[in-house]
Amino acid sequence: MSRSLMRDGRPRSFVAIITMVLLTILWTIPTIGLLVTSFRSRDEAAASGWWTALARPFTQDWTTANYVGVWTGSDMGNAFLNSIAVAVPATIIPIMFAAFAAYAFAFMSFPFKELFFLIIIGVLVVPIQVAFTPMLNLLGPNGLGVSGQYIGVWLLHTGFGMPLCIYTLRNYMTTLPRSVVESAKVDGCSHFQTFWRLIAPMSLPAIAAFATLQFLWVWNDLLIAKLFLKQENTTVIVQLQQLLGTQGQGQELLTAGAFITMLLPMIVFFSLQRFMVRGMTSGAVKG
Amino acid sequence: MMSIQTSAVPAQRQQVTEPKQQQRFRPGRAGLALLGMVAIVWLLANLFLAFGYYPQWFGSKIVIAIVALIAGVGGAAVLFTFLNMFVEALPQRMSLSIIPYAFLLPALALVALVLLYPAVQTINYSFANSDSTAYIGLQNYQTIFTDSEFWASIVNNILWLLVVPAVTVAIGVVVAVLADKLSATGEKTAKSLIFLPMAISFVSATAIWGLIYAYDNPGSPQTGLLNAIWTSFGGQPQTWLTIETAKLNSLLLMVILIWLQAGFSMILLSAAIKGVPEDTIEAARIDGATEFQIFRKVVIPQVRGTMITVFVTVFILVLKIFDIVYVSTNGAYDTNVIANLFFNKLFAASEAGQASAIVVVLLVAVSPLIWFQIRHFREEESAG
Repeated sequence: MSRSLMRDGRPRSFVAIITMVLLTILWTIPTIGLLVTSFRSRDEAAASGWWTALARPFTQDWTTANYVGVWTGSDMGNAFLNSIAVAVPATIIPIMFAAFAAYAFAFMSFPFKELFFLIIIGVLVVPIQVAFTPMLNLLGPNGLGVSGQYIGVWLLHTGFGMPLCIYTLRNYMTTLPRSVVESAKVDGCSHFQTFWRLIAPMSLPAIAAFATLQFLWVWNDLLIAKLFLKQENTTVIVQLQQLLGTQGQGQELLTAGAFITMLLPMIVFFSLQRFMVRGMTSGAVKG
Repeated sequence: MMSIQTSAVPAQRQQVTEPKQQQRFRPGRAGLALLGMVAIVWLLANLFLAFGYYPQWFGSKIVIAIVALIAGVGGAAVLFTFLNMFVEALPQRMSLSIIPYAFLLPALALVALVLLYPAVQTINYSFANSDSTAYIGLQNYQTIFTDSEFWASIVNNILWLLVVPAVTVAIGVVVAVLADKLSATGEKTAKSLIFLPMAISFVSATAIWGLIYAYDNPGSPQTGLLNAIWTSFGGQPQTWLTIETAKLNSLLLMVILIWLQAGFSMILLSAAIKGVPEDTIEAARIDGATEFQIFRKVVIPQVRGTMITVFVTVFILVLKIFDIVYVSTNGAYDTNVIANLFFNKLFAASEAGQASAIVVVLLVAVSPLIWFQIRHFREEESAG
């Protein structure tokens, strides 16, 4: 450890160490508070702050009753399935469409190319709220009549994720050596073949990066799920929002419910953090 | 198999690889491909509608999700295959000029369907009544512009915009710089933990911070961390999110967003700071600059571009901030913001016309940012 500190002859910076330790604690405390409270009974949680339970971990009555209660009692188990059913297709499907578009932007030249790409960049900024009333009408009883079903949410997340997906993949593809495409061309490959055999496999890191971000965004979304899914199809986040509205009875379930909604994103976060960082740095910063 | 000719292809290659009959139009193949395209679009549309109309056919939600995933990805692949087959069956010159558009079309069509068409339609609805059945002129705009709640929301939104992006960038810079001075393990751990809230939804984050802002009656033990600290210094327990003085409640809600976004800011700025060439720092150090001078005069100017990127990204997010306000106060105690006002007009009050007018205001507010993003992109393209 000290060797890596010395690589450019810098002394150990105690200011940095102390400040970072404090900041890290400050950033972690809220989540720890939730986790600790979720394993305390309603009476215990009302009688003392969660930090007192940490101070006497062996005399505290730890319980998993909140988790059992929220999973069965308030339909969180069903909502968990819904969240998976919403998030997985809505994460993967946009990639297929966006990858072809990104290829065209990265490796082909054609009239109005810049205009089309500027539209993509412009649309990145457009608030998704513009879509709600027209899409509610289109999917509702006066339109296709599929309101409340997954299909509307898949469609919206696919469309909303598309600009960022195209942008991220295109930025990544422009960093790939052009000679790959050129030599494939010389060997008689069509663009279609070049895409499948070379560019798509080479772009896997960027695809994984976008998929990680899109999964978190879809899983954690409240607005679209609340407006476009009926109660029996709704996600864990909407369930949690409804729990937040309840006062008194059942309030102890809230912390357990919140932790259940965080479980899968946290697993994704810790296992794919590398990709997530890459997605952010390649999406928002070039290179 | 057909090869693509451009000026980049060496001339002698063209003679070798171009069998003549492939340059002609092949109507049979084109027709077949067209038929295939129509069939796959028809099949996919019906399958996906069936998920909506007859979910019971598929037994369970997981089956629906799996079938949708396979059909969505596989269907897209088949669609592109037919699209490609169709374009390649065209006379070669035509084929070459059409293929880029064939690659773009499905993605752009989806963007047009869920973003461009609705944007136009929303502007249209903003001149119509509450269920979008008749035009009522500018009445919606009159209603929202004379609504004090609207102006209060605008003021709050501006306050959010002034505070959150700047503080998020500042924290990101500080954390990125300090983490850079830690040992490798220390840096990794600290960054991971500060980055972690990125994985947490706004709703869960509000639940988490609800525990910190919790209130118990005076005299009883305080279970909210903030009140516990406050009372230990002799204060009376407060219901923090109802305190409108100095916009304290809005500021406390902003803390939640800053807590969530600091990791994003730190990750981008950390990457930028690590990209600052060591020799520029070394040169300043040899010239006798202090660490703080190096930071201010050497590092900051070189990461300014990233700072602006983070600022703008968070700025756009804050413009549309909704979840945190909705689930904590739902706009009560003078904490309302534009996106929450929109949601309540649409969802609770069923006023589609007024809701649309609010979105149009939001759209006008972001339009300078569209211009900014485009200019930023052009600069990066010409620089890179």
